[in-house]
Amino acid sequence: MKKIYMDNNATTRMREEVLEAMMPYLTDIYGNASSIHEFGRSARIGIDRAREKAAALFGAGSPSEIVFTSGGTEADNLAVKGVAYALKGKGNHIITSSIEHHAILNTCKYLEKEGYSVTYLPVDKYGLVNPDDVRKAITDKTILITVMHANNEVGTIEPVEEIGKIAKEKGIYFHTDSVQAAGKVPFSVKDMDVDLVSISGHKIYGPKGIGALYIRKGTKITQLLHGGHHEMGKRAGTESVALIAGFGRAAELAKEETVSEGKELASLRDALYEGIISKIEHVRLNGHPEKRLPNTLNVGFKYLEGESIILNLDMEGIAVSTGSACTSGSLEPSHVLTAMGVDPADTQGSVRFSLGRDNTKEDVKYLLDVLPPIIKRLRAMSPLYEGK
Amino acid sequence: MEGQYSEKVMEHFRNPRNVGEIPDASGIGNVGNPVCGDIMRLYIKVDQQEVITDAKFKTFGCGAAIATSSMVTELVKGKTIKEALKVSNHAVAEALGGLPKIKMHCSVLAEEALRSAIDDYIAKKKKA
Repeated sequence: MKKIYMDNNATTRMREEVLEAMMPYLTDIYGNASSIHEFGRSARIGIDRAREKAAALFGAGSPSEIVFTSGGTEADNLAVKGVAYALKGKGNHIITSSIEHHAILNTCKYLEKEGYSVTYLPVDKYGLVNPDDVRKAITDKTILITVMHANNEVGTIEPVEEIGKIAKEKGIYFHTDSVQAAGKVPFSVKDMDVDLVSISGHKIYGPKGIGALYIRKGTKITQLLHGGHHEMGKRAGTESVALIAGFGRAAELAKEETVSEGKELASLRDALYEGIISKIEHVRLNGHPEKRLPNTLNVGFKYLEGESIILNLDMEGIAVSTGSACTSGSLEPSHVLTAMGVDPADTQGSVRFSLGRDNTKEDVKYLLDVLPPIIKRLRAMSPLYEGK
Repeated sequence: MEGQYSEKVMEHFRNPRNVGEIPDASGIGNVGNPVCGDIMRLYIKVDQQEVITDAKFKTFGCGAAIATSSMVTELVKGKTIKEALKVSNHAVAEALGGLPKIKMHCSVLAEEALRSAIDDYIAKKKKA
């Protein structure tokens, strides 16, 4: 059976080039990068090169502004808790949005238990945060603003440059979770006026278990993992050289290909959406029509529940998801769609198609062949569809 | 296997039994709401001897909701009303080779749909 993977916002297939870059560090170059002997120095060179490549993807001024972490979640935790702890004496207020990834939301909820206060900004029907709301939410106790760069479920791209300007003007640290945006839209920490940025390796065709946090030089941050002097004293633990090398190579390729790949993905994605609306009734686009990641298409199929759609597509060899992989174990309707004001009944039937570099026009055609009968069959079974 | 469906659940999801409506049903059960993500409507046809001769369903919901709907209709067909009242959510889940913990509420919904259809049948009979 044909197998089509369209769940690239959950994770991506690691590229061959990335594996090649990792192999030496999984085999011959096994030294501890902190050791002063030749074994250690060879490993250190691998890390240094990867850090330079990562810095280039972020548009960072210096590689020393990049701290490698175990992934996007740890990068988000380090950014939010690290700043909150470091600036405890200055204030206790954090501003974020209501549509963040759980790595941010649950970290903020945890900090609330520790006595911090958090403002969760609303979004409009497209999932956009209003920069004016950010400005209004600022108090003299605000120590951090964290608003995601692009949403993982619907792909909406937030006005991070504008928010960054406000933060800079007020002298407040600004963090953005760029886990979904990296490799899909060009960006640089300079344009965004941002102090901290999270990225994950496995979303950019790199390995799982590695991420990076950009920390602007001079930013006050408390480390979460205590131990040796690794990662400029900001993250203790012997470096996973192979994963770091893989991340570096993935970042390098992402930097080179973001623009061209984005154009191709957008054209495939738009063809998919055009096909869906021409063949299936009662559908809605979730997310901003233009300010959206080029690979992401979130469609609501009215009168249906998402899981029954994705299981049927899975039987046809097509992998997609509802909201996000991290929430599929929960029964709550998507917090993102709910915050966007989508009717509660309609949040259930949403399916996210997230395309990647392996997808082709043939994949889109195949999907458009198998999807309409599935929707028809499920609707015939749905008590909500009667008479529609 | 936490969170994954059994083969039996997938089989019933793939080929749900007894999908549809019974136009002259003896009892109809309606449970759930779209906000929670599950709605089940269960139809039963009951003969003079109080035997359920036919059962059909329509369901809006996840894979487990569809599979439990399918299974409960299979389980009650041929049973008397008295016997059908003993069909519990655990029996439905068990017949499906178990359900992920987080999806057990679907079996509860199936049991409730059955009870609701039987209640409707009893109420209608009293009126007649």
